[in-house]
Amino acid sequence: MPRVTQYIGQFVAYALFALVVGYFATQPAYTHLDPDRALIKLSFSHAGEHLQECRRLTQEELNQLPPNMRRPMDCPRERLSLLVELELDGELLYRDQLPPSGLAGDGASTAYRKFPVTAGPHTLVARLRDTRRKDGFDYEQAASITLTPQQNFVIDFRPELGGFLFL
Amino acid sequence: MTGLRTVAKAAFEGADNVFNRAFTPAWNPLYHLGTLGWFFYWITIVSGIYLYIFFDTGINQAYASLEYITNVQWYAGGVMRSLHRYASDALIIVMMLHLTREFVMDRYRGVRWFTWFTGVPLLWLVFACGISGYWMVWDVLAQYIAIASTEWLDSLGIFGQSIARNFLNNDTLSGRFFTLMVFIHIAVPLFMLLVMWIHIQRQRNARVNPPAGLAIGTLGMLLVLSFARPAVSQAPANLDRVPSVMDFDWFYLVAYPLLDTLPGRTMWAIAGGGTLLLVLLPWLPPLRRRATASVDLDNCNGCGRCVDDCPFSAVSLEPRTDDAPFSHEAVVIDNLCTSCGICVGACPTATPFRRTSELVPGIDLPDLAIRELREQTLAATAGLSGNARVMVYGCGHGSRLDPLRGPDVAVMELPCIAMLPPSFIDFVITRNHVDGVFLTGCAAGNCHYRLGIDWTGQRLAGERDPYLRKRVPRERVAECWTGITRNRLLQEELRAFQGRLGMLPPIKRPPRRSPGEQAGEAAEQHA
Repeated sequence: MPRVTQYIGQFVAYALFALVVGYFATQPAYTHLDPDRALIKLSFSHAGEHLQECRRLTQEELNQLPPNMRRPMDCPRERLSLLVELELDGELLYRDQLPPSGLAGDGASTAYRKFPVTAGPHTLVARLRDTRRKDGFDYEQAASITLTPQQNFVIDFRPELGGFLFL
Repeated sequence: MTGLRTVAKAAFEGADNVFNRAFTPAWNPLYHLGTLGWFFYWITIVSGIYLYIFFDTGINQAYASLEYITNVQWYAGGVMRSLHRYASDALIIVMMLHLTREFVMDRYRGVRWFTWFTGVPLLWLVFACGISGYWMVWDVLAQYIAIASTEWLDSLGIFGQSIARNFLNNDTLSGRFFTLMVFIHIAVPLFMLLVMWIHIQRQRNARVNPPAGLAIGTLGMLLVLSFARPAVSQAPANLDRVPSVMDFDWFYLVAYPLLDTLPGRTMWAIAGGGTLLLVLLPWLPPLRRRATASVDLDNCNGCGRCVDDCPFSAVSLEPRTDDAPFSHEAVVIDNLCTSCGICVGACPTATPFRRTSELVPGIDLPDLAIRELREQTLAATAGLSGNARVMVYGCGHGSRLDPLRGPDVAVMELPCIAMLPPSFIDFVITRNHVDGVFLTGCAAGNCHYRLGIDWTGQRLAGERDPYLRKRVPRERVAECWTGITRNRLLQEELRAFQGRLGMLPPIKRPPRRSPGEQAGEAAEQHA
C-alpha cells in the first residue's frame, strides 16, 4: 500500500515533468530576425548562355562519325556561370559567380541568398550577366524602395518578363 | 571512458533510487523509458487521428480549421491537440533519456548492437514526425520551419530546383507541396511503428506498455497540462513578412537556431557525422565476448525452460538430431547469446545434488561451468565458521562483493544472478554448508540482462520453473538488489540478515539418502 509520502513524491515528479514539457514546448522565445529589420531575399533560377557557340562540322569530321550520329552542328552542352551583383545604397552588397547545375554543367544556375537589412528607404540595384561578354551586364534593374520592419523583399529574375522583378 | 561511464551510471542509479522511493521499482519511470516512449507514441497517434477528422489540409484552410479545433471545440479537439503536442514532446525526453541510459549502462554492445542500431533511425523519424507536424499548423512558426527546412535540404545540392523557392512569397506558395507534408506526417509515423517493432525483435518478453499505474499517472499529468496550458497557434503564416520572435518548441527545433548561423552543409556534416557515430558506437570498442552457452545433448531433454527464460531469444527448440527419445533439443544461437547464464539457471539438470554422474547440465557456460560453480561453492563455504554462515551469490553488474567477504561470509560472483539454479540454494542450506544464502546484484528493475532479477524472484516464489523447493526455510534466504551505488546498504542488509540467522535454531540436516533415493531426487529435479 503506497504511503502518503510516495503519493507526494509521485505528484512532485509528475509536476516537474509537466513543467519541463510545458515550458520548453514554447519558451524561451526565439528571435529569428530582429523586429526592426527587414529581409532582402535574392532567389531565382536561370540558365546562362552556352559556353561555346555551335560549330558546323567539316565533311572530314562527319565522315569519322557513325552514320546515325552525323549531325552537322556540334553544340557543347556546358553553360556559362552567371555573374550577379547587388548594390544597396551605393555599396556592393553581393557579387558572385553562379555556376550551372548538373554533372555536365549544362543546367540552370540558381541563386538563393538572404540579406537582413535595416528597415527604411533604400536604393537597390541588381545586375546580371549571362552571356560571353567580358564587361558589363546584360540585365540591370534599379529601384528606390522603402522596407517596413520584417518585410520579406524578394528579388526574382524572369528574362521573359524583362529581367529582375522586385516583389 | 570507463571512469566517466561509472560516474554516469552512479548518477543514473542515484536518480533511480530517488524515483524508487516515490514510485517503487515496479513503477519507476526511469525503468520504463522505452515503454513510456511507446505510450507517448500511441497518445500522439490516437490524438492525431481525432485531429485529422477536423483538420483541413488546404493552405488557406489549415490554420482556420486548427483555430476551430482549438477554440470552438476546446473541450475535445483543443485537449487532443494539446495532448498531441505534449505527448510528442515527452517522447523526445524519454527517447533521449532511454538512449543515454542504455549507453551509460553499457547495454548496446556485443549481441545487443542490433537493438541500438535499429534505434538510431528512430531518432530521425521522430524528429521528421514532429517537424512536419509543426509545419501543418501553417502559422509563423510553421513558416519559419518550412523555409529553414527546405533551405537546409537545398544545401545538399541534389535537387534540380530549389525547394525553398516554393515559399518565396504568398504568390508562389503551392498547395501541392502542403499536401505532400500532410502525407509525410501520416506516412512517417506509420513507418516509425515498423522500425519500433524491428527495434524490439531481439528482446524476449519485450515490454511495450508501461505499468498501468504509471500509464494512468502519466496520462493524467498530460491531461492536466493540456487544460492548464493549451497548445495554441501563433499568428498565421504570411510569406510577405519574415517571422521575427516566435514561441519555440525546443524539443524538436533545438537545431534550428544553428541553421540560422551555420552553413547548411556544415549542419549536414554534423547531423550525418553524429548519426554515423551513433551507428558505429557498439563497435567503439567492441565488447569482449565470453564463450557462449553450449548444449550437452546427453543431458538435454528439450524441456524448453532455457528457451522461455533467455531474455535475448538466443536459445531455440529444434527437432532432435540424436537418437534420444525426445522430440526437441535446445540450440544456442551464438550471435544472440550474451553469456549471461540465465539459461543455465533455468535448466533442471543443473543441480548440485547430482552425485551419480559427472555434473554436466543440459546447457552450460564454458567459462563458468555448473560443475565449477559447485566446486567453488563447496571450497568457499568449507572454511566458514560461526552460527550465521552466509553464502553470497551476486552478479558482476551490482555492488562490490569483495568487501562482504569474512570468516562467516563466502562470496561468489556470477554473470547474472539468474544463472544460479535454485537447487544451489537448497543444496548449501539443507546440506548445512551455510546457515543462509544472500542474493544480490543489479538494482531491482534495472537488471543488466533485463530479466535476471524477475526470474530469480519468481523461481524463489515458486512461480517459475525451476522452483526453489518448499523444504528450504525461506527465512534463510535473503535478497538485496542494490546496484553499484548502495554498497553500504548492502553491507547493512547482510549484517541484519546474519543477525536474523543467528536467532534461528540450528538447521536440521535431512537424513542421509541411499544412492537410489539420490537418483530419484535427480529425476525429480529433471522433471
